Amino acid sequence: MAEFFDTSLHLPTWLACLLAALVHCGLILSLVGTGAAVFIWMERKVAGRIQDRLGPTRTGGRFGWLQSPADGLKLLTKEDLVPGSADAMLFRVAPYVSFTASFTPFLALPFADGWVAQHLHTGVFFVLAVLSLEVFGVILAGYASGSKWSLFGAMRESAQVVSYEVPLKLCVVIPVLLCGTLDLIAIGNMQAGWMSNWLVFHDPFTFLAFWIYFTCGVASVNRAPFDLAEAESELVAGFHTEYSGLRWGFFFMAEYGSMFLVSCLCSVLFLGGWHGPIPLFDLLGWSYGQEETVFRLTGYLANLAGCVNLILKGVLGVTVMIWVRWTLPRLRIDQVMTTCLKYCVPLAAICFVGVLSWQLLGLRGPNDLIPVAPRGVAGVREGWVRKAEAAERQAQGERTAAAGRRVAARSEKVGG
Amino acid sequence: MFAAIDWQAAFFWLFALISCGFALAVLFTPNIVHMASYLIVSLGAVAGLFFLAGAEFVGAMQLMLYVGGTLVLLVFGVMLTSRSNFIRMKTGGGEWILTLFVGGALLLLLLRTAFLVDGWRIPLGQASPPADASTTTRIGLALSGVRLDGGNGYLLPFVIISMHLLVVLIGAAYLARAKRSADGGQPVDRNLMR
Repeated sequence: MAEFFDTSLHLPTWLACLLAALVHCGLILSLVGTGAAVFIWMERKVAGRIQDRLGPTRTGGRFGWLQSPADGLKLLTKEDLVPGSADAMLFRVAPYVSFTASFTPFLALPFADGWVAQHLHTGVFFVLAVLSLEVFGVILAGYASGSKWSLFGAMRESAQVVSYEVPLKLCVVIPVLLCGTLDLIAIGNMQAGWMSNWLVFHDPFTFLAFWIYFTCGVASVNRAPFDLAEAESELVAGFHTEYSGLRWGFFFMAEYGSMFLVSCLCSVLFLGGWHGPIPLFDLLGWSYGQEETVFRLTGYLANLAGCVNLILKGVLGVTVMIWVRWTLPRLRIDQVMTTCLKYCVPLAAICFVGVLSWQLLGLRGPNDLIPVAPRGVAGVREGWVRKAEAAERQAQGERTAAAGRRVAARSEKVGG
Repeated sequence: MFAAIDWQAAFFWLFALISCGFALAVLFTPNIVHMASYLIVSLGAVAGLFFLAGAEFVGAMQLMLYVGGTLVLLVFGVMLTSRSNFIRMKTGGGEWILTLFVGGALLLLLLRTAFLVDGWRIPLGQASPPADASTTTRIGLALSGVRLDGGNGYLLPFVIISMHLLVVLIGAAYLARAKRSADGGQPVDRNLMR
């Protein structure tokens, strides 16, 4: 993007970089904001349907689709209160910390092949590192409110999030291991082709790891049944008891933002990312090749469809989270810890070892059942293998050449 | 106007100033939770420096380990001070002197070592741009004992540190577990008996 502004529009470099950064941030911010609005509306509708009622129907026409903007307007007009016993500075800062931590990982999240704000070679690692900072805002909020309910909520949250990070990251390691890279774009591209090539269907262990990841993801963003931090039946509203107005809204945006993020990351890692179940654009020959950088309309369309694909998968994940919230009762804190330490961690470890052995023994997965012809047309994974093999051969050739030179030098020395 | 600015240097100064400023703020704040929050900002700015230098892996590691570790420190701070609201800590004169001595000695040592490395003494404005290569593979290989540029890997230190961490984990679990009474009855939580 920066190169485009620089070379095509002849802007100075600093302005090009600034514009590119603004465009990326604006796009992501609008995605998070719109996403939060849509998800809140969805939450109301789904909750209504599950509880056998209609949900919002009157605000803005037929389906109550104006409910979220109306909520936003209401929050804007509320008074921004700081309790008398609160630590005013930290109290004010906390919502921004939470929101920043849930917004920043989107910068490294690819939405299609090459469509990423900042391409990092360690994308997965960065996303997880920043996402784990979201709890910082919650702890600050709980402490700075100067209220016992908030403090209880924050302490529960920190205990829960710190323990669920272990199985979550163990599950994330599995796709990283299978693809041999921390680069999210590379991981996504490895899953091109038919649905059977998605890592979730790689072998039974990855299938199990996917569900553990999703469970831990739900826990790490504090959704029911793991929403002990804001257990409204025990703690009033948990860590955001004392918040009102826009600051409370920031916490809400952060929650929905990180729900969406966890789902998107899940789809990149396990569900094929921006690749649909049928490699339509690969079959048509529209999608970009391995090293192709020149702009093509068909390639752009393929990428756009990939972006829609990823967002749809993310929304699907959020929908499942909403569905779970209105179906399952809240766990007790000891049950939460038991779920993590006695089930999720050992299962994740077993999956890890299982995937390792599966690779080691060279067992076959569902993808090998697909006849060769369509996969050859899709051909992206083959492209990856070919590229790696070529690199290997080149390295080997260099080694042989170097060895040859050494031998020649030695023989010269001997001869001389 | 802006074209003349060296942006690499400008961002370096920005992150460095944030880091140092908040590090000083840690020193001069009496409130322990404020201290931990400032420390997190300071360490986060150091992570920014790493990203600026093209060391993505180390940057993300800084975020995950140091910032995440300070988070736990923050939790302890909150737990220790939650009883009396917003406790304030006073640092005595002797402690200041001792700290200044230790800190100053470390600073001198670090500065001397840093200036001793020849490769780091590049005249201003001639520094090569940050590498954009994938460093993760090389770090991983070096940790498993293979270094692409020759030399020894770090397999032994890696194994020693992992054993050490394992021991620490088991020890922590041992210390934190609920004590069983001698007759093998129900586990008794010591906190409940107080």
